[in-house]
Formats: sequence, structure tokens, C-alpha cells
Amino acid sequence: MVWNSWSDFFAMGGYGLYVWGSFGVTAAVLAAEIWSVIARRRVLSQRMHDAANAELGEV
Amino acid sequence: MQFSKINWFKFAAPQRFYRLAGQIIPWCGALALVLTVIGLYVGLFLAPVDAQQGDSYRIIFIHVPSAWMSMVIYLAMAFWAAMGLIFNTRLGAMLATALAPSGALMTFIALWTGALWGKPTWGTWWVWDARLTSELVLLFLYIGFMSLHAAIDDPRRADRAAALLALIGAVNVPIIYFSVTWWNTLHQGASISFSKGATIATPMLLGMLVMALAFWAYAIAIALARLRVVILEREQHAQWARAELGTV
Repeated sequence: MVWNSWSDFFAMGGYGLYVWGSFGVTAAVLAAEIWSVIARRRVLSQRMHDAANAELGEV
Repeated sequence: MQFSKINWFKFAAPQRFYRLAGQIIPWCGALALVLTVIGLYVGLFLAPVDAQQGDSYRIIFIHVPSAWMSMVIYLAMAFWAAMGLIFNTRLGAMLATALAPSGALMTFIALWTGALWGKPTWGTWWVWDARLTSELVLLFLYIGFMSLHAAIDDPRRADRAAALLALIGAVNVPIIYFSVTWWNTLHQGASISFSKGATIATPMLLGMLVMALAFWAYAIAIALARLRVVILEREQHAQWARAELGTV
């Protein structure tokens, strides 16, 4: 362990903005990517359901 | 034939590969999670402070893995695009389109973390240096690939046009990789080389390699997950796809 305290850890020797700016944005980008894939499947599923329902309605 | 006990082309059928991908994703996803926890622990808690750069160097634990993946994913995308082009397989083209957004995001992360690392170490967010510029070109190649594919209505024609772009753009990957040796750049040379081995301390190297493996596992999981959606989108009129979407 190289840190004396949590505030020490978050300060990153004065480079906190750069280090956490890097890790934070990376985490946000990857989370957004996972969400986008889930949303894309949900949109497709919804569209297929709507199309199937429309077909049923016409008959 | 002696060596073809496993019929690899069996998996070239989108429906089969859809199931196979579904089995691989949870393992790769779990592996990515475990490796990330280990890698971050080594990188942020065990690795000592750098004598020259202080704690700012810890950006390396995501910068280098994302930069590697930005190139690896591009090569994989170009390879599968070429397979789609040469063998006329739909799955190859679908894989290429599934890889492109992940590659673009990895490139963005590499550039973003690079800027945040450049500011404290070089005193600037950005320079038009060979390494940085060729990496930016990589981002534009990914965006170009996705835009071109989206701009053509017929998916098979879109596949072919985008594949051509991906193949031509592959020239940029060795340019990125060797830019630090070919030109006199502000960007430092490789920390790990095939001829000289590693030039950084052991816990730093270990953290970086574990994070690189974590990024590999993540990239495989997310690309396969996106591929499954791409397959469903393209096969949406097939009976099995409709069953999978619950619309039969």
C-alpha cells in the first residue's frame, strides 16, 4: 500500500484532476457503451412487436 | 481432410454464431470485471509513485491498454471485413460492423487519457506530433467506416464499401505503432518492446498487463454482445430471430 490516507489517495500527489479525469471518463464511456447495446436490442424488439401488432390489426 | 475435424464454417451461420456468442459473453464479461479489480488494485494501491512523473503516470493503466485495443480492434475489424469481402460471408461483415463502435470508443479513451497525461508531463493537452496525429486519424477512420456503412441502404453493398475503406485504412495501424521510432516525437517510445523487454518497474508492468487483459476481455464481450444485436437486426425476418425477440 503506497497511501497514508484516503484523502492522500484521492489527491494523487496533486494530479487528482488528471488521474480521476482519465479513470472517470473511461468508466463513463464504457458504461454508456454497455447501455447503448442493451438499448439497441430493446429498440429492435419494440419495433418488431409494433410491426407484429400492426399486422394483426389489419387482418 | 485430416485437420478439419472441427468444421469452422459451421459457425459462419449467423444463427449458430449467435448462440455461441451468447455462451462466450458471460465468461469474458466476468473475466473483464475480475481482471479490472486486480489491475486497478495493483496499479492504484501497490505500484509505487514514479520518480519523474509523480502519480500522474497512473494514467498509464488505462491509456496504454486502450491505445493497444484501438489498434487491435482496427486490425480485427479490417480482417473480418476482408473475410466478408473475399468469402462473401455475412458474418464477417457483421463482425466488422460490431467491432467499429468499440474501436472508436477505445481510440477516444486513448486520446482523452493521453491529453490528460500530456498536460502535467508535457505542459500541453495536444501537439500535432506523429503518434497523436496518426491516432486521431484512426478515430476518423472508425467514424468514416460507420458513417459510410450507415449511408448505404443496401446492407450487402454497405458491407463491401465499408470493407474497402477498412482495408485501405489498415495502413495507418503500423504508422501509429512505429511512429515513435520513425519520427522524432514528443510521445515517449514503447515501454515494452520485443527486443529489449520491459523498461518499467515490475508492479507498474504487472498492473498494465493485467489491465490490458481486462480490456481484451471487455472488448470481446461487448463486441460479441453488439454482434448479437446486429445479427438480430439483419435476420429479423427469419423465424428463429423472431422467436428470439419474442414476436412469433
